[in-house]
Amino acid sequence: MAIIEARGLTKIYSAKTGPVHALDGLDLTVPKGTVQGLLGPNGAGKTTAVKVLTTLIKPTDGEASVAGLDVVREAKAVRRSIGVSGQYAAVDENLTGFENLDMVGRLYHLGKKESRRRATELIEMFELTAAQNRPVKGFSGGMRRRIDLAGALVTRPEILFLDEPTTGLDPRSRLGMWDVIKNLVSDGTTVLLTTQYLEEADQLADNIAVIDGGKVIAEGTSDELKARIGGHRIELTIIDAADAGAAREALARHGAGEPRSSGDRRTMEVPVEEGAIALQRVLTDLSEAGVQLHDAGIRRPTLDDVFLKLTGRIAEEDEATNEAELEKTT
Amino acid sequence: MSVVTEQGTPGSSSGSPLAQWFSDGWIATRRNLIKIKRVPDILVFTILQPIMFVLLFSQVYAGAMAIDNYTSFLMAGIFAQTVIFGSTYSGSAMAQDLKEGIIDRFRTLPMSTSAVLIGRTNGDLMINGISMLIMMGTGWLVGWRVTTSFWGLLGGISLLLLFAYAFSWVMALLGMSVRSPEVINNASFMILFPLTFISNAFVPLHTLPTVLRNIAEWNPVSALVQSARVLFGNTDPSFPPPTSWTLQNPVITIIIGIVLMLLIFVPLCIRKFGSISSR
Repeated sequence: MAIIEARGLTKIYSAKTGPVHALDGLDLTVPKGTVQGLLGPNGAGKTTAVKVLTTLIKPTDGEASVAGLDVVREAKAVRRSIGVSGQYAAVDENLTGFENLDMVGRLYHLGKKESRRRATELIEMFELTAAQNRPVKGFSGGMRRRIDLAGALVTRPEILFLDEPTTGLDPRSRLGMWDVIKNLVSDGTTVLLTTQYLEEADQLADNIAVIDGGKVIAEGTSDELKARIGGHRIELTIIDAADAGAAREALARHGAGEPRSSGDRRTMEVPVEEGAIALQRVLTDLSEAGVQLHDAGIRRPTLDDVFLKLTGRIAEEDEATNEAELEKTT
Repeated sequence: MSVVTEQGTPGSSSGSPLAQWFSDGWIATRRNLIKIKRVPDILVFTILQPIMFVLLFSQVYAGAMAIDNYTSFLMAGIFAQTVIFGSTYSGSAMAQDLKEGIIDRFRTLPMSTSAVLIGRTNGDLMINGISMLIMMGTGWLVGWRVTTSFWGLLGGISLLLLFAYAFSWVMALLGMSVRSPEVINNASFMILFPLTFISNAFVPLHTLPTVLRNIAEWNPVSALVQSARVLFGNTDPSFPPPTSWTLQNPVITIIIGIVLMLLIFVPLCIRKFGSISSR
């Protein structure tokens, strides 16, 4: 049974340059108890989609339901069954970690005693006991995120929305956050997670929807998507641009597609099937041809690759339409 | 680690919608009270600035003013100016909350739509209440006396605080619309400073040049100051009587003003809050 369902969601903002379609007919179906990843660059519509599904903004057109409840007409009931943790830790800087969680519990109408008990429990779970009575102002980025995520879990919601939960975190905090999310998932919570990182979606999501221009352009499991992207590729940088021809030839010989060169023609790459074997062969050829290398290696698929494959464009080009800018104009 | 052990039942120990509304409003108010306690700037501004203003104006200007008891005349003006500036916190705080994203958190909770705003404006009321007490104490020390009755004192204080409370809702709407705490702070200073000075707050109206006097006579701040002066018994009978209706009937004017501000801006604020989102 689908616990999150969106049909033709459209959100149009009026900006100075004309109407902007932040969502342009987004369809999404998330079965109960699964983790759905929304993958896309800045401005793809991920945050807008989460905002509509979490009742923060009303769609211009289309319908969405969460836990069988309409997000526009039954917004308040939807709010009782969801937990939301955003891209920016939405906590009160002046309150302590404990006070923040206690406040959220009280606003869910859990009652004084239960709110305190739950706040203490969450503080322990997220290993913030030592800092629980300090104002959040003094917390590190990772600690703030943890308090924010804890705030989303106060009522043990059956559906959890995580909007870029690790953006801006250092690698160690990111791994910690992944562990926390994996634990939630094993307990049966349905999670909708947005991310810019393929690796994150790969680690956490059962099913991934790639979003661009406000709609889903591809959907599938991590493996299915990777198969479409073409798996690994070899990337190398030569020292002398005069060797570019020879290097391209070697890549074309052992690669599974057409080699692609960067602007200065010294860095180039090609998709490959068996990464290690292909790399060995390319390196042998290059050393025989006397081509000197600055760098060479196997690269894992990145979001850029997904985008290039699916849209024929590089992901960064889309960042010009930043969602943050759009929001300000409304 | 097991985070989700059972499905929660939010609202199970809640009670009636009215009880929830009170509870939500109180929780949001408590948040703002904690902020007053924890942010030193607010406390300093709330306590020291009123003392400074009362002392500076009463001691520096008293001699230059051709008024027998300038301190008595002055106090209502300082009260009014301080509480009006106290109301601007709601503007910058709402803008700040939007910026920090906590409004998004609140809006995804099944809480009353008005609670955050009620908590915020209550926070201003608390700040202004503290400022009023400090100013009254300092004023009393430098010779300010209420010559009417306890009820006159209570009436005057209530009007000042209620007017400022209603004005907090105006500022809250501005804060949610402008979305920049810095702009709110600078703009309120640029607008409120002249507004409080081109009034009867610090000088008798008959001493002003004609153009300014006309503005000052219809300035709502003048009516607020005048109503406090009347209720405290701090008017100077040697001044020519005011010519504008608002100053001839200051208490009624201010009561109408308070009711109008609340009737217009409370619903506008709640409507705005129901559709705003950070970033």
